[in-house]
Amino acid sequence: MARVQRMVPAVVTALCLTAGVAVAGTLDDVKGKGFVQAGVNGELFGFGKPDEKGVWKGLDVDTARAVAAAIFGDAEKVKFTPLTAKTRFTALQSGEVDVLTRNATQTLGRDTELGLDFVQVNYYDGQGFLVPNKLGVKSAKELDGASVCVLPGTTTEQNLADYFRQNKMTMKPVVIESNAELAKAFFAGRCDCLTSDASQLAGIRAVAPNPTDYAILPEIISKEPLAPAVRHGDNQWKDIVNYAVLAMIEAEELGITSKNVDEMTASADPRIQRFLGVTPGNGKALGLDEKWAYNIVKQVGNYSEVFERNVGAATPLMLKRGLNALWTSGGLMYSPPFK
Amino acid sequence: MKGTAQEKIPFFRDPDKLAVFYQALTALGVALLAYYLIGNTLANLERQNIATGFDFLGREASFEIGESLIAYSAANTYGRALVVGILNTLVVSFVGIVLTVILGTLLGIARLSGNWLLARLSAFYIEVFQDIPILLQLFFWYAFFYELLPGPRQALQPFAGVFLCNRGLIFAVPEAHPAFAYAGIALLLACLATVILKKWAARRQEASGRYFPVLQTGVALILGLPALTWFVAGAPTAMVTPVLSGFNFKGGVSISPEFTALLLGLVLYTSAFVAEVVRAGIQSVGKGQREAAMSIGLRPSKVLNLVILPQALRVIVPPLTSQMLNLTKNSSLAVAIGYPDFVSVAGTTINQTGQAIEGVALIMAVYLFFSLATSALMNWYNKKIAIVER
Repeated sequence: MARVQRMVPAVVTALCLTAGVAVAGTLDDVKGKGFVQAGVNGELFGFGKPDEKGVWKGLDVDTARAVAAAIFGDAEKVKFTPLTAKTRFTALQSGEVDVLTRNATQTLGRDTELGLDFVQVNYYDGQGFLVPNKLGVKSAKELDGASVCVLPGTTTEQNLADYFRQNKMTMKPVVIESNAELAKAFFAGRCDCLTSDASQLAGIRAVAPNPTDYAILPEIISKEPLAPAVRHGDNQWKDIVNYAVLAMIEAEELGITSKNVDEMTASADPRIQRFLGVTPGNGKALGLDEKWAYNIVKQVGNYSEVFERNVGAATPLMLKRGLNALWTSGGLMYSPPFK
Repeated sequence: MKGTAQEKIPFFRDPDKLAVFYQALTALGVALLAYYLIGNTLANLERQNIATGFDFLGREASFEIGESLIAYSAANTYGRALVVGILNTLVVSFVGIVLTVILGTLLGIARLSGNWLLARLSAFYIEVFQDIPILLQLFFWYAFFYELLPGPRQALQPFAGVFLCNRGLIFAVPEAHPAFAYAGIALLLACLATVILKKWAARRQEASGRYFPVLQTGVALILGLPALTWFVAGAPTAMVTPVLSGFNFKGGVSISPEFTALLLGLVLYTSAFVAEVVRAGIQSVGKGQREAAMSIGLRPSKVLNLVILPQALRVIVPPLTSQMLNLTKNSSLAVAIGYPDFVSVAGTTINQTGQAIEGVALIMAVYLFFSLATSALMNWYNKKIAIVER
């Protein structure tokens, strides 16, 4: 909380004072300082949160690591800045972070008015409702008059208001800034339901005193394509971040994993040869080392590995691939050819 | 004097002209700096394709606000949403300041009491509440409310028509009736009459020495006149009683746990500081003053009202003003416990529109206005109570 209140003025001051926030040349800046500064969530289990040993874990965190692996050949050359929903875009605009991998929904307004560019979606999400079973509610349509716990400064507040207006229902929002405080108030019964992106609901339910007492309602009331973002106007940097995400997806499609990537370099498949830099060209086009994609897969893994490690069936979140499966398995994850 | 002698002083040796010159130079420097900063910011924003200006105030807010003094829905504009936030901040600050001054004064007097237990209890309170950060206190009170109180379906009902649950304190209010408007007018008239009465009584006492019981008459007027008006206008007793329907109570008035937690946290914290201010003020009045007043036979209450307080207030008012400002500014911690104050609403607005600079500028302007207005009012009061030196 205190962080937020310090952060907004600091960031605004930075925006006022800095004469030349690097609009172009982010890659050179990053190479100069020797690491990628990534804005992440910091509190969201499965997406961006340090574990009990202080090691950053999560789908978004691994996405930032992939960018570092592509540039430096070392996935650990990345520093993380935890950002709240309110401060994240300003932090990116003002140059505090080089890339924002913080479960941010791509919208037209953000892509234009905020001066941002979103790249390949790394998680297709949608907003839902978490309710206690004892409330006896089976559908979001029965929530007329409910008190709703919601995080501020996100598309969530707007979707919530839109959904209740569409369905001619009323509600009272209880807006609390921190994820942890919001969840505590909800578990104590301050609100009838809690609304957030479905992936977050799974994370919040996982930390409930008794997770089986809570259910996620079937209605998904919005489209939330969560994508990494960069500053508008630096096309080279945008390409690098974009293809770092796509490389993980392409690797999954090509059947390359962190385990078999070394054997795969001997593959006769020209697509794999190009992808891993055995046949050069892709690296030069991006201004990176030819082994950039190899390094991503070797050090971070393909999309399936990253998904299962952070949010998949074996984790407390137990999320299914759903929309996030490869297009070949009926999902939306689809990479253009790497050539 | 010879004008010619003065004219010979060149302007760069004339301290008066030099002072004006340096001030103008400084003002010019500040203006140039401001021009540079604003121009630079606009250029930066332009280059990064970030929208600027206050046009967003007229656009649809499309988010709901938990509690509002005026009619508001997601279909209203950002401008109206911000007004809702400002009013919420004003309410919690105003009620908070009134309660803080009362509680702080009582505690400060208790701290000096001859009663050992009372003085120690007050000292203990002051130490504890001064030393715990306000944010922690807010979290504590908020958790206290939502953990302790039951859900709306199991709401406690201490009296008929009053419900207490983790949605708040919900109570019945009288149904709208013209009698209440008349009673309100009667209340205003009674207040006015009391003020006039007080002036008349003071003049009469100075002229004739005869005493008039202003306090008792005033209370009787202020309570009695509206009650009489209400009775004459038909004595309506119909109430709007809250009824549990669906998830929450409908009808009546509700005070949310967020508001109560914020108010309680602010009042308990700030009153500890006010108590110390009041104690310092009372102790600043020399012992001889009290003894002299008692030796001419004044009752203890008169000693306090006529001798001690007028002198103590001179010391109390300036630091008290700064405590009031602290309370107002600390109310911006509301966002931590879900009370939709101005900062909370402005924060959502900033995030939805992405116009952080305009949003933060608005926040600064509003708090600056609150602070200057409070200061101006208290300075006026300070001048009024200042002892006239003869």
